[in-house]
Amino acid sequence: MNEEQIQHYGDALYDAWRECRTIAPLLEQEPEITLADAYRIQLRYIERRVAAGETIVGKKIGVTSKPVQDFLGVFQPDFGQLTSGMVYQEGDVIDLGTLIQPKAEAELAFVLKADLQGPGVTAMDVIRATDYVVPCFEIVDSRITDWKIRIQDTVADNASCGVYVLGKTKGDPRKLDITLAGMVLEKNGELHSTGVGAAVQGSPANAVAWLANTLGELGIPFKAGEVILSGSQSALVPVVDGDELVCTVGGLGSCRVKFSGRSAV
Amino acid sequence: MSMEITLNREDIVRLCERVEGAQTRAYAIPKLTDEYPGMTIGDGYAVQLELRRRFLARGHKQVGWKAGLTSKAKMKQMGVDVPSIGFLTDRMARPENAAISTSDLVHPRVECEVAFVMKHELKGPGCNAAAVLAATDYVLPAVEIIDSRFSGFKFDLPSVVADNGSSARFVGGGRARYAHDLDLRTLGVVLEKNGEIVAMGASAAVLGHPAEAIAMLVNILAELGESLPAGSFVMSGGITEAIAVKPGDSVIARFQELGSVSMRFVE
Repeated sequence: MNEEQIQHYGDALYDAWRECRTIAPLLEQEPEITLADAYRIQLRYIERRVAAGETIVGKKIGVTSKPVQDFLGVFQPDFGQLTSGMVYQEGDVIDLGTLIQPKAEAELAFVLKADLQGPGVTAMDVIRATDYVVPCFEIVDSRITDWKIRIQDTVADNASCGVYVLGKTKGDPRKLDITLAGMVLEKNGELHSTGVGAAVQGSPANAVAWLANTLGELGIPFKAGEVILSGSQSALVPVVDGDELVCTVGGLGSCRVKFSGRSAV
Repeated sequence: MSMEITLNREDIVRLCERVEGAQTRAYAIPKLTDEYPGMTIGDGYAVQLELRRRFLARGHKQVGWKAGLTSKAKMKQMGVDVPSIGFLTDRMARPENAAISTSDLVHPRVECEVAFVMKHELKGPGCNAAAVLAATDYVLPAVEIIDSRFSGFKFDLPSVVADNGSSARFVGGGRARYAHDLDLRTLGVVLEKNGEIVAMGASAAVLGHPAEAIAMLVNILAELGESLPAGSFVMSGGITEAIAVKPGDSVIARFQELGSVSMRFVE
């Protein structure tokens, strides 16, 4: 795709995000769109958000589980940018009025204390560069109508990132078995589903290493202080007004989030 | 849950002989309710207890109990809505890292469980998770090899109870741990077959907490007029869905904090 097309779709996604509405799947509009095109569109969309005053605070990794990869017909994860406008603190109530068609995912987030530059990054380097891990919720959202996404659509749409909430209990990955730590997700006081760290690429640290290497190919390092959401360990949970979710990572702690208001769809 | 017994002694013995034949000679039979549509869960337990009586009379030693159908995933997979229990004998035990023969099984499946070893007797009714934890000597990881004797693993609750909760083999392994040193609700589990992850979950999948399943088991035992003796080995129910195995398969279950349990399957 030429630069003009990239800008066009990046701007269309930015406008859809700002106005809380959806657009038709990009692949319906441009059947020849490549994965590389999709990442360029994502970049344009994020540049617009940064130009409007947000800063980049980290990255998210998506499409990390086999069922989701099978669904999208891909064999590797994808990634998106985390910006300052996406951050909620545990205890905040998430206003669904700012979202379109949100779903929650329970994840482990990494906060880095050292830069990490791929290629050549291993899971061991990830642990070494990690300041701490926390349980978190990512609230994914799609600017694409009815979540009718192929991989190009979700990548262009910043990996369907909405907002995120970090829990307050910090864990040291040298003391915690992040691969075998259980993930228990409760919705409104009832068990919803369970998972385990290994659901994410065999281990969440593998997913973070994958992203460090993928970004490394593009000359982009992870910076100390960045937050990396490593990928969903739970089922996707649609959320509505009044819902309360708690995720608990075995041996670590919990993250609690409440929702109010009404999303666009 | 109705513990009412509607079948006469003759029918119970007849059904027990049918289940016993299928278990000992490893063949599939139609679910019992095909012939006895009015069969209750109480009838199922009457058949199961007759089966146990016969095994013990032949010198088998009961080592404990198992809770079954304790997770949403299992209940959904099996199309039932109440958990069940079954007895465990020394003849079902296999050591860790064993080669387990499938030629004396019908269609075996493996599932990961947290197992409890009791230091005190427990009696229902009214048993709860706190009482279970207080009476527990230690917990350990286990893999249960279940094997419904019913064609196509298709059954209802009275039939599966009569078939001793599909009990077939079990392997305890890993590390023994004090229950009070762990959060038994959030233990992560990964089941690998031939090096590939085939099932995952956390222990809350078992009725919210594995000790809840043991409490439920003790309360079912009370309805049967029994208690859970000190020294019992009790499996709390599958955390993951059950995965089919065949000769040549190698299985390892990895548990957070509890180590792993491995085995392989042969003809």
